[in-house]
Amino acid sequence: MTQQESQETKHILSVLVDNEPGVLSRVTGLFSGRGFNIESLSVAETTDPQISRITATVPGNDAILEQVKKQLRKLINVHKVIDLTDAPHVRRELALIKVRAKVEDRAEILRVADIFRGKVVDVSPSDYMVEVTGDQDKMEAILSLLARFTVIEIARSGVIALPRSKKGEK
Amino acid sequence: MKKYSGAQLFVKCLEAEGVDIVFGYPGGAVIDLYHELDQSNIRHILVRHEQAAVHAADGYARASGKVGVALVTSGPGATNTVTGIASAYMDSIPVVVFTGQVPTPLIGNDAFQEVDIVGITRPCTKHNFLVKDTKDLMESIAKAFHLARTGRPGPVLVDLPKDIVQARDVFKYPRSIQIKSYQPNYQPHLGQLRKALDLILKAKRPLIYGGGGIIAARASEELTRFARRLSIPVTMTLMGLGGYPGDDPQWLGMLGMHGTYQANMAVGNCDLLIAIGSRFDDRVTGKIEGFAPNARIIHIDIDPTTIRKNIEVDVPVVGDCRVALQILNTMVDELNGRSWRDERMPWLEQIDAWKQECPLAYAQDPDGAIKPQYVVEAIHRATRGDAIISTEVGQNQMWSAQYYRFNAPNHFLSSGGLGCMGYGFPAAIGAWFARPDRTVIDIAGDGSIQMNIQELATAVQYNVPVKIAILNNRYLGMVRQWQQLFKNSRYASTSMEAAPDFVRVAEAYGAVGLRATRPEEVEPVIQQALAVDRPVVIEFLVEREENVYPMVPTGEAITNMLLV
Repeated sequence: MTQQESQETKHILSVLVDNEPGVLSRVTGLFSGRGFNIESLSVAETTDPQISRITATVPGNDAILEQVKKQLRKLINVHKVIDLTDAPHVRRELALIKVRAKVEDRAEILRVADIFRGKVVDVSPSDYMVEVTGDQDKMEAILSLLARFTVIEIARSGVIALPRSKKGEK
Repeated sequence: MKKYSGAQLFVKCLEAEGVDIVFGYPGGAVIDLYHELDQSNIRHILVRHEQAAVHAADGYARASGKVGVALVTSGPGATNTVTGIASAYMDSIPVVVFTGQVPTPLIGNDAFQEVDIVGITRPCTKHNFLVKDTKDLMESIAKAFHLARTGRPGPVLVDLPKDIVQARDVFKYPRSIQIKSYQPNYQPHLGQLRKALDLILKAKRPLIYGGGGIIAARASEELTRFARRLSIPVTMTLMGLGGYPGDDPQWLGMLGMHGTYQANMAVGNCDLLIAIGSRFDDRVTGKIEGFAPNARIIHIDIDPTTIRKNIEVDVPVVGDCRVALQILNTMVDELNGRSWRDERMPWLEQIDAWKQECPLAYAQDPDGAIKPQYVVEAIHRATRGDAIISTEVGQNQMWSAQYYRFNAPNHFLSSGGLGCMGYGFPAAIGAWFARPDRTVIDIAGDGSIQMNIQELATAVQYNVPVKIAILNNRYLGMVRQWQQLFKNSRYASTSMEAAPDFVRVAEAYGAVGLRATRPEEVEPVIQQALAVDRPVVIEFLVEREENVYPMVPTGEAITNMLLV
């Protein structure tokens, strides 16, 4: 029996790793060396200063994701690999969007930002910088709405996520 | 408390690990380590190229089952080890490679003889360490040995900056190592094993496909007992040779691209494939869709990443294959002496028919050129199948695997996964240091032997009585074969011109050189070589265009072999 062809989906993997120099390089090297894709990546310390969390968005079918998770677990510096995709989770992304703000457009830009519960965090005679958080759909939506004003620069954080806690009795 | 220099701590750590031999090559960054090593009881073998130091440590590990150790300097010394490390990584061999490094303040500064060896070897080591503080030195070394030898074994590199090795600290060697994020699973799931045994007992045409994991787990005895008990035929990969007795009637020979006809046909026609300590490598499987197409598959391996990597299996079992086989044998014992011989007869007879249909064969004309297969068989006879054989890569490697039958593990040393020419000679040297009681022979090609021929100096310096049998066809044999079969015989850059007189090269180094040019000279020259307790190069001028058969061309199913 051969590998089953199945649907390609986007998985969010939460990987707990030793907070040491070179560990991120090991993880990304694993992906590039084996031809796996990383769509977005975010990494920072957790409450335990010796452990960092890498949140990565990885596209692939079931067989690929199974290999990705197993290969990650095999790395000596990896403590835990959690696939958040199949369980209830909260995902967020932050974007800073620098948009050209001509005088006649300012009000509309502020309205768009407001609708998305974003904030203007920087102002200059020629542009606004809008900060917005939300899931990927929300990011795509605000970007498409701001596009007609000319988006000058954008910095996106990549997706971070945590599993939802179990509701009900403690 | 007494403080020692990092170099002294290094030696004390090696002693604590029971290391009695190190293969290496000195340089500026490791001069302090060498100063201390020279005053210890640990033997140091000076090679002539750092690649050979790693291959020697690798051969030592394969022959002894212990961790092999290599020590080299920074920069070019370290980069010269990469091929050896990659080979050990592909074949899961426990070696620890210590590399010197520039002092920590200079790291990242493009210093003299500085390379980021930790960065370079990240993808080809099981793990690696840069020791940035002398207080971390002992724990890093202890972890390195622990990682090298546990779970799925592999090479570990430890990078030692010069200032770390000079600074002083107290000696405190960890009594045990616990790495929270590394917990290899030795204990197989009992439920899965019961499922597996159930399938095995019901199967009409079962086949065991074993690999290097059997050797690494020292599972050869348990495997032999299991296979004989249930009358199941056995085939092994290149890495598993010797894991099942080669003279046993249930032994089918190696499988795969250059496997035997009966082994490959058995794979194609079995109804249950029991994979133990093997990883469904492409040299074995050929076209995946054609590999064991009519069979359920059981896969027992200690590394979860090998399971379902290349092929879907019915009963995956993560665990040490010796433990798994012990449990299976116990379960079989509970079946009260029932025999499967009669049930198995039709399948065994079919396999025997295949073997008769297309046995491994070649024709040695007594007046013609020496056939390379004849040389391997002659070596087998002269050593009664008991020698430790290392090979280089290509045709020499395949004929050795086909024609030298091994009856015990840890006797066949070959670079399987990487297929690294130049492996065999230094590996033979390392193996001899592990087993000085054995005859150790490297079977080489004229191309491969020139990749580490400088190790003749090492062999002579320490009087290592290994024998090198060069199957000299004046070609890069395996590539030439592919060019003949698939490239219309355009032998592009495979004619090995200007080959040296290997006998004179051996003598120039102070070794013994012998030559055979006619078939009747083969056996006497082998006897001569074995009788002398010195390193010997035997050059066999063999048939130039002999091919390795059977052959499964790339992309073909394993049952679609090109035959003699």
